[in-house]
Amino acid sequence: MNDFKPQIIAFCCSNCASAAAGVADGMKKAMPGNVKIIQVPCTGRIEVLHLLKPFEEGADGVYVAGCQQDSCQYVTGITKAAKRVAHVKKILEELEIEPDRIELFNLSAGKGQEFVEVAHTMTGRINELGPVMS
Amino acid sequence: MIVAEPKPVKEILDMVRDLRKILIVGCKGCVTVCNVGGTKEVAILASTLRIAAKKNGKEIEVGEHTLERQCDPEYIDEIRDFVADYDAVISIACGVGPQFLSERYPEIRVFPGVNTKFMGGAIEHGIWSERCAGCGTCVVHYFGGLCPIARCSKSLLNGPCGGSNNGKCEISKEVDCIWDIIVRKMMEQGRLDELLEFKPPKSWMTARDGGPRMMTREELVK
Repeated sequence: MNDFKPQIIAFCCSNCASAAAGVADGMKKAMPGNVKIIQVPCTGRIEVLHLLKPFEEGADGVYVAGCQQDSCQYVTGITKAAKRVAHVKKILEELEIEPDRIELFNLSAGKGQEFVEVAHTMTGRINELGPVMS
Repeated sequence: MIVAEPKPVKEILDMVRDLRKILIVGCKGCVTVCNVGGTKEVAILASTLRIAAKKNGKEIEVGEHTLERQCDPEYIDEIRDFVADYDAVISIACGVGPQFLSERYPEIRVFPGVNTKFMGGAIEHGIWSERCAGCGTCVVHYFGGLCPIARCSKSLLNGPCGGSNNGKCEISKEVDCIWDIIVRKMMEQGRLDELLEFKPPKSWMTARDGGPRMMTREELVK
């Protein structure tokens, strides 16, 4: 029996993803319990180190939920976040850890349903991959 | 500044695979400015090594420290009280750093965590370009303030060569022909004739051709 419960950290933009979380809450959509949300003022503020630390501390997956590419509150925040996520994917590859353990999702304030779906998508993905530690 | 880039993680992991206590030492000089060896990058490399250890079921201890500079003995001394607690040091300063550390702490194994590339500057955030070859006798004033030694693929002092094509060098369409830029600039300044003046051959004794270099300024020596 597989009793693996993935620990997932979600960095969520306070302008879009967190608003989407509010919409999801209003729609009574339940988030998976294993996803811990860290709200950030802008995903552009998330550094490579912020994305690595959860893995160091035992997380099995990390994702960034931010704005659409063309509607970032701070114009280039989500673009910077996408580049940093891509960089961490490369680091994970070099460590022979599946790069799919980290992902970036483009949301917007009204997408409550999608906000919850993203959490379930990542949970399903990490469940399939299993724990990081071999 | 001296510009460097991170070594591939796999290369660093191979260097330290049998070691359990590792100190990563950064530098607040050039490598901080080019985002490769400062406090932030020390933390990133430390985290990367810890994740690798965790994945492989190994116990490691990774220390983090960033020196004011790794090219001055007084700053190198700063780690003397605890460096011996570690099996090895990874220096993410330029190539000077690991050598100064090795010389000061001969009993400690020191590994380089970055590849030192060149002396240059940031032409925009995240993009650096070579500007100086350290030849020891600067002559940029002959060439409109631009250095053909560092920036011409052949280091020609009497360019452009036949490989200059529409302002680009024959080695790559991404590389500007510096001689094209020099000639245009001298024309704009009305100084093109200066390029025709006879100059004696440049002495390369002050460059690496003269062997490893040292410099002494008596007014500064105690």
